[in-house]
Amino acid sequence: MTRAFADLHLRVNPKDQKATQELIKRAAGFGYSLISISFTSGMQDDDLVRLKSVCTEEGIDFVSRADFHPRSENDLTHFLRKFRRRFEVICISCDNKEVARQAAKDRRVDLLNFPSLDYHKRFFDRAEAELASGSLAALEVDVKPLLILQGPSRVRILMSLRREINVAREFKVPIVVSSGVGEKRFMRFPRDLASLAYLFGLDEASALDAISTNPERIISRNREKLSKRFVAPGISIVKEGKAL
Amino acid sequence: MKRVKRRYLALLLDCERLPSEREFIDAVWASVTRLYGEVGASLTGLTLISLDVERKIAVIRISLVALSVVRASLAATTSLANSEASVHVLAVSGTLKALYSNVK
Repeated sequence: MTRAFADLHLRVNPKDQKATQELIKRAAGFGYSLISISFTSGMQDDDLVRLKSVCTEEGIDFVSRADFHPRSENDLTHFLRKFRRRFEVICISCDNKEVARQAAKDRRVDLLNFPSLDYHKRFFDRAEAELASGSLAALEVDVKPLLILQGPSRVRILMSLRREINVAREFKVPIVVSSGVGEKRFMRFPRDLASLAYLFGLDEASALDAISTNPERIISRNREKLSKRFVAPGISIVKEGKAL
Repeated sequence: MKRVKRRYLALLLDCERLPSEREFIDAVWASVTRLYGEVGASLTGLTLISLDVERKIAVIRISLVALSVVRASLAATTSLANSEASVHVLAVSGTLKALYSNVK
C-alpha cells in the first residue's frame, strides 16, 4: 500500500496569494497528499475557503489548522472552547511549563510544539509524555531549524530532539514530523523530510510513519468528530428515520 | 574478503546557478562533514558518477551502510557553490542500469 504523505506545518502568509500558490503547487509536485497552513488571527474564513480550493485544484487535501501560543491555562481553555470545533487540527506552542502540562492532558489538543531556538523552553520530559500518552496529543517536530542552524546551535537542538524522541517512544506518544518552512527552497521531498528525522534518532519506518500514518490518523479522527453524523466515539448516525 | 555493498543515488539539483562537478561534490562532502565529522564522512564511500547539466540530475555512489547518513546530509544541504539550492533524492538503486531506468 502506498503511503499518503502529509506536511502539516507550512508557514506561509495566506494573504500573499502568489507565494501560497507556489508553495502548494510545489508540495503537490513533491508528492504530498495532505498539507496544512496554520490559521493566524488575521485570517478570515474566506482565506480558508480559497486555500482549500487552490489545494483541490492541485489535487491535494487541505487540512485546516490553528496554532496558538497561550500565556496561561485559562488562555488555553478559552482558545480551545472557541476554536476546537472550527479546525481539523489544533496545535499548541508551549512557551511555559504550566501551559505545556495543561495542553498535554487536554484531549482537545492534537499537536504539542515547542520553541526550537530556546532549548530551555522545551518542556517535553517524562511527566509531559505521561500526560500526553493519556490524552490524544502528539509531539510535533519541525525540521526547519535543522536546515537553517549550523554549529553549536544545531547540535543543541539535535540533542534536545533526540532526548524528546526517546521519551515519546517510551510513553508511546505519536510523533509528527513537519517541515515548518515558509520558503520554497527549504521544502523537501517526503522521503527527504523523513531522512532528516534520522538525525534525531528515528529509524526509517518510524520516520515515514511520522509524516504519513500519524498525521493521517489525527486528521481522520478529527474529521469524524467534526462531521454532523458524529454522536460519540464509536457512535455515529448511519441513517435518519422519519418522525412518526 | 567481504564484498562492499553499494547504492547508487539519482539526485535532482534545485538551484538557479548550476554548479560544476567539483563544486557539487565538494558541497555534498561539506554537508556530510558538517553533520557527521571527517571520520563519518570517510565511511560513506561517496563518489560522483555523473552530472547531467541539462536535466540537473546527478548520480552518486555510496556505501550501503552509509545510506541514511548520506540521505540526511543531502536533505540538509541548503547551498551549492555559494548559491541557495536544495538536493532531492529521485531514486536509489543497487545498479546503475536499474537507476537509469527508474529515472527516465
